[in-house]
Amino acid sequence: MSKTPDTEHEVDTTGHVWDGIEEYNNPLPRWWLWTFYATIAWGIIYTIAYPAWPLIERATPGLLGYSTRAEVADEIATVNERNAGLTERLASVELAALGDDPELMNFAVNGGAAIFRANCSQCHGSGAAGVQAAGYPNLLDDDWLWGGTIDEIAYTVTHGIRNEQSPDTHWSEMPAFGEILAEEEIASVVQYVLQLSGQDHDAGLASTGETLYLEQCSACHGDAGMGDTFQGAPNLVDAIWLYGGDPETLTETITYSRFGVMPAWAEEWRPGQGLTEAEINAVAAYVHQLGGGE
Amino acid sequence: MPILDKHKVLETNATLLLVASLGVVTVGGIVEIAPLFYIENTIEDVEGMRPYSPLELQGREIYLREGCYVCHSQMIRPMRDEVERYGHYSLAAESQYDHPFQWGSKRTGPDLARVGGRYSDDWHVDHFTDPQSVVPESVMPKYGYLLDNLVSSEHIDDLLSTHRLVGVPYTDEMIENAAADFNVQVDPFGDIDGLLERYPGAQVRNFDSQPGISEMDALIAYMQMLGTLVDFSTFTPDPAR
Repeated sequence: MSKTPDTEHEVDTTGHVWDGIEEYNNPLPRWWLWTFYATIAWGIIYTIAYPAWPLIERATPGLLGYSTRAEVADEIATVNERNAGLTERLASVELAALGDDPELMNFAVNGGAAIFRANCSQCHGSGAAGVQAAGYPNLLDDDWLWGGTIDEIAYTVTHGIRNEQSPDTHWSEMPAFGEILAEEEIASVVQYVLQLSGQDHDAGLASTGETLYLEQCSACHGDAGMGDTFQGAPNLVDAIWLYGGDPETLTETITYSRFGVMPAWAEEWRPGQGLTEAEINAVAAYVHQLGGGE
Repeated sequence: MPILDKHKVLETNATLLLVASLGVVTVGGIVEIAPLFYIENTIEDVEGMRPYSPLELQGREIYLREGCYVCHSQMIRPMRDEVERYGHYSLAAESQYDHPFQWGSKRTGPDLARVGGRYSDDWHVDHFTDPQSVVPESVMPKYGYLLDNLVSSEHIDDLLSTHRLVGVPYTDEMIENAAADFNVQVDPFGDIDGLLERYPGAQVRNFDSQPGISEMDALIAYMQMLGTLVDFSTFTPDPAR
């Protein structure tokens, strides 16, 4: 529907005529016009207050001295300052005694959970159950390769496992027995390991395997197969396996050996993106209280 | 105002209107884009940045081919939550040899600007082959076929030359040795001195633990160097930037 032209009020024309059509001069509403002027004024003030106009060397810095970098640094500093007391205590605490300080423990476990989700969950799983098929350790059970006390966990997080940056990293190297033993010998050792871990096995082969085990394996895994957390040698008698305890997986493990790795997370080994001492203690406290901590 | 009365001239002359519109739009371009090319503080100089090694560059090509940028950004914004999660915010200089840059704007997956060294090579192989095997929540597709596709160094010097054409400072020496550098980066027992001299900090190992140089090798070599070149313990940010 077309509106009938406003004939009651006098409306000027702009003077434009095109094929006999004249153009009315209806000014914009006052409120609209003033809002428009206000945005222009605001734009000018904004470019004076904030970094804006490009000059020869750099842009005008703005009267407020704002910069995104300064803002993020401020924001981080504010939070760090707010937590400074707790962070300092956490960095210097005797980890074994952390449980005696509920406030600090609470801070550590909550902070540690966030750190775990950001940095550790990709391998160990968001629930810390690991991925057995690929050899990423489960952190919920009470089997620990390198020790499950809170101090040992913090050490492992700091230096990693078979890490090339940290000279103090955990480093164990099981030989690839495929180069040392014959296939039948490995098969008999597998049977003995099955016997050790209480699984179905061939008793005859296992007794041959026992001799080989005592010669070749017991130095690290112990005569009784209990493992040794100082050398990172896994316990073979429990039902917990890093890669799997079935005969095929065991054969593969013994033949080719396995070398899982873990990054060294300390700031020292990962400049600019590592974890501080307090953060390491926090994540160690978190992992320790998940259920398997010793 | 007399000047405002002149608009009839513009409105009744199409060519003039077109030229004048172009003039107005150009002002915006000149003010916003042109200064980036001459202002000194657009890209700050940081130590450690170097062009990609041939193998890393090949990996980057695969990253582009597979469209990884559709789900992954490579740009840590200067915000506390991002810095806490991913590490130091990204610097312009860290993308200076990227053509095109991979900042992205969509994060279905995590930001990858500092993924280098975060996970082991084996983890990357497991993850590319079957992402859900290590991260059950993941929606990433499987890329196991990268293991089967071998890449050759045949045209790698051309790739480097192309990047030089668009401004990456590859030297003649780098281009001459491109094929050798490409092949030696997966061989820790090879003669790697030249590679390390030309590309300091290049990581040399058999990334996918398989014989031959596969696309997986190249892609993991690229992953493992992302964000690792700048030593942030020696970097002092200029807060005014």
